[in-house]
Amino acid sequence: MSKTENNLARKLPEIPIDDDGPVFAEPWQAQAFAMTLKLHEKGAFTWPEWADALGGELKAAGEHDSVDNYYLHWLRALEKLLDQKNIVQNDEREDCKAAWDKAARATPHGNTIVLGT
Amino acid sequence: MVRERPGVRISPAAPATKLLATRRVWGQNKWMTDHHHNHDEGSELSDTALRVRALETLLVDKGYVDPAALDELIDTYENKVGPRNGAAVIANAWTDEEYRQRLLTNATAAIAELDFVGRQGEHMVAVENTEKTHNMIVCTLCSCYPWPVLGLPPIWYKSPPYRSRVVIDPRGVLADFGVTVPENTEVRVWDSTAEVRYLVIPQRPAGTEGWSKAKLAELVTRNSMIGTGTAISPDELET
Repeated sequence: MSKTENNLARKLPEIPIDDDGPVFAEPWQAQAFAMTLKLHEKGAFTWPEWADALGGELKAAGEHDSVDNYYLHWLRALEKLLDQKNIVQNDEREDCKAAWDKAARATPHGNTIVLGT
Repeated sequence: MVRERPGVRISPAAPATKLLATRRVWGQNKWMTDHHHNHDEGSELSDTALRVRALETLLVDKGYVDPAALDELIDTYENKVGPRNGAAVIANAWTDEEYRQRLLTNATAAIAELDFVGRQGEHMVAVENTEKTHNMIVCTLCSCYPWPVLGLPPIWYKSPPYRSRVVIDPRGVLADFGVTVPENTEVRVWDSTAEVRYLVIPQRPAGTEGWSKAKLAELVTRNSMIGTGTAISPDELET
């Protein structure tokens, strides 16, 4: 974005503006994004199916939702779609999440967190 | 603070959350904690980070994703695509009338000529801004966007206010972006879908006769290819 554009865009009261191009606010957002593209490449779902899934989550969130939540909706849409497709079911996802939580809590800071097998 | 991982720009506006920044140990089911806490006891990961990690672990186990390929993909979109691909397409169209015609007739093929090929098999449509028509793009459903040429969408493109307001009041949105379109110029808004993505060909600025493609490409901003901006004028470039 040019400086001029940037300054002008900053006047917008409602549309959030970034400084320069796309950003992921946190690493997990990039991971969720990349997993979705790779899953599509693998044929796990079609792109229209994905657009519907994400569009559904965004629509449910409503017009006044903050764009900060965008990737949270993205992640939820991905979880739901994978469960529907029987690729990753909700139960196993919850179990795996609990295992990571346990592993993290058992690991001192600065050390590698290893998922118990 | 959240530490940057390779290939991922962290927004300066990102709140200093209690999220523990981590990075993967290549090819293994291990993650390094990059961040320190006040306490000496175990690490704590945010609920969201745990969800993503669980999903990735299972998808790797099932053979759907390869961790190294994920990082490469993120790096590609963050650092290698960006709107520069699109700017090259536009500069080509500005200088090569035959290419311009091909771009308007079959944008997917014309863009592929420059080796910018999409991953979603998008059908690309180029719409040209003229004295008579100003084009803008949006995806009212989610945030479908011409990734192969523009990289990842800006934050505002994904925001509910943009997605709804641009359809209801395109001139108002343009005014917010500092773009004034003459009253007798028609404003058209193109709603992207999972199948069709649009790319705006901005008007070539005056005073750029004889410029090289590389120099012209510098005038083409991301917003000018979305339609929420115009190409930079030669004067603006110098300032």
